[in-house]
Amino acid sequence: MPDSTPFPSQLELSQPEKTFLDSNELILNMGPQHPATHGVLRVILKLDGEKVLGTECVIGYLHRGVEKIGENRTYAMFNPYVDRMDYVAAVSNGLGYCEAVEKLLQVEAPRRANYIRVILTELNRLASHMLWLGTHALDIGAMTPLFYTFRDREEILKIFEKYCGARLTTHAFRIGGCLYETYDGFERDVKKFIDFVPPKIDEYEELLTSNRIWVERTKNVGKISADDCKALGVTGPVLRASGVKWDIRKALPYAAYPEFAFEIPVGANGDTYDRYLVRMQEMRQSLAIIRQAVEGIPEGPIMAKVPKVMKPPAGEVYHSIEAPKGELGYFIVSDGSTQPYRVRVRPPSFVNLQALDLMVRGQLVADVIAVVGTLDIVLGEVDR
Amino acid sequence: MTKLKTRYGSGVREASSYVGQNCLILDSSITHEILNILCQEEEFDYCVDLTAVHYPKREKPFDLVWILYSFPRNQRLRVKTMLGEQESFPSSVPIWSGTNWLEREVYDMFGIRFDGHPDLRRILLPEDWKGHPLRKDYGIIEQDQQWVQAHLGIESGQ
Repeated sequence: MPDSTPFPSQLELSQPEKTFLDSNELILNMGPQHPATHGVLRVILKLDGEKVLGTECVIGYLHRGVEKIGENRTYAMFNPYVDRMDYVAAVSNGLGYCEAVEKLLQVEAPRRANYIRVILTELNRLASHMLWLGTHALDIGAMTPLFYTFRDREEILKIFEKYCGARLTTHAFRIGGCLYETYDGFERDVKKFIDFVPPKIDEYEELLTSNRIWVERTKNVGKISADDCKALGVTGPVLRASGVKWDIRKALPYAAYPEFAFEIPVGANGDTYDRYLVRMQEMRQSLAIIRQAVEGIPEGPIMAKVPKVMKPPAGEVYHSIEAPKGELGYFIVSDGSTQPYRVRVRPPSFVNLQALDLMVRGQLVADVIAVVGTLDIVLGEVDR
Repeated sequence: MTKLKTRYGSGVREASSYVGQNCLILDSSITHEILNILCQEEEFDYCVDLTAVHYPKREKPFDLVWILYSFPRNQRLRVKTMLGEQESFPSSVPIWSGTNWLEREVYDMFGIRFDGHPDLRRILLPEDWKGHPLRKDYGIIEQDQQWVQAHLGIESGQ
């Protein structure tokens, strides 16, 4: 077949078109199906050689319209949906939602229910941090911690399963308290677990904390200052690693947290290594909280008096809790009917992910993986 | 609170407290200025959240809601203003850079435009999607049929 394109003239040949070789910039697409993005996150990277000039996050692949669903369900019916946002810390999601609706209804969960809530939420924080550590270390190239953390996380999931029948999307709490009384041997299981875990955490630390490869890959990588964190709204371990001693459990306490003594671990440099240290210490602090809670768990009812058909008085409320990833808030507007007029979820992962661009600018392309891991995002929560 | 009231008079519609949470309802013309003052002078250095609520039957159908927090004061404050159907609002990105994505989400879900926003595009939905899902007149199973058919190669997403 004859070629239909005309032969280029001599002039055109002497002035070749600009090609990508003339520029040092390269646009690289990472994701959405990339194992190190922890879900379906797409990051468009602008590179100069190995240096990152800028990034752009493309999100929304997992958007399910959770907030819209909330407007079309009753208060109690929406409760299981919130577990599907941050699915590795479903218990925290449920706690935030239940407490927000309780505020609207102006009821308070009984003391025993609050203790059960604290125990399960802190166990969930441990599970979430363990999953974070395993996958983050795997991204950077250390494979062993993944097997260790998943092995130990299993024990937490077993307790959840025994308590409410589900392992991940637990739907453990109800508005007004807890539906299930603790099973026979719950306290024994939890005590056994908190004795079992500290040597395991030592083991993770032994593998990583002074490991030269780990230190090289994380120290001075993805630095962010405290002022930048505040301006961007970054919360959770990322904020604390930058040196801000702020934890909602202490600043604006909820559930039974005022009754327990615990420390807020902080970092100094705001780099990936400090965030690792902060999370490791947080795991130990969670164990301290669980120990106090399980030893002092009071007797009594586990459910407050809540009407069968919930019709909170018209009004609006914002309530937030310290989820493993940061500040998880619910803004609920009630119009006095059985369904919320508007449910807004303030997701920590979504807001924290905004800092990615600032943290990787000027760093190497391999560090993007480390920073995405250290931000500890869950795409189910970013996209809702 | 009283300081602002004397300074702006009737622009501060209401300063209320419900279940221990403080809320300021402001006139939309002075809201941006007051947000600036709250950040610079009153130490509300962290914008927790920005969202909107749609009341289709009202004359001004949108509520814009900022949830602010002050680290030095350990205090939360909600700032609310009403917006008309076609009205836009000055962007808060120069005040708190974290509102960038939050404003994009409000634009995506409600169609409220923010003037001076550095990059006002949809964030969760595709750029060429039609409609704003969190408006009350957008049904729960509604979707952009054309987009779904063109991009996903299926008859319907439902």
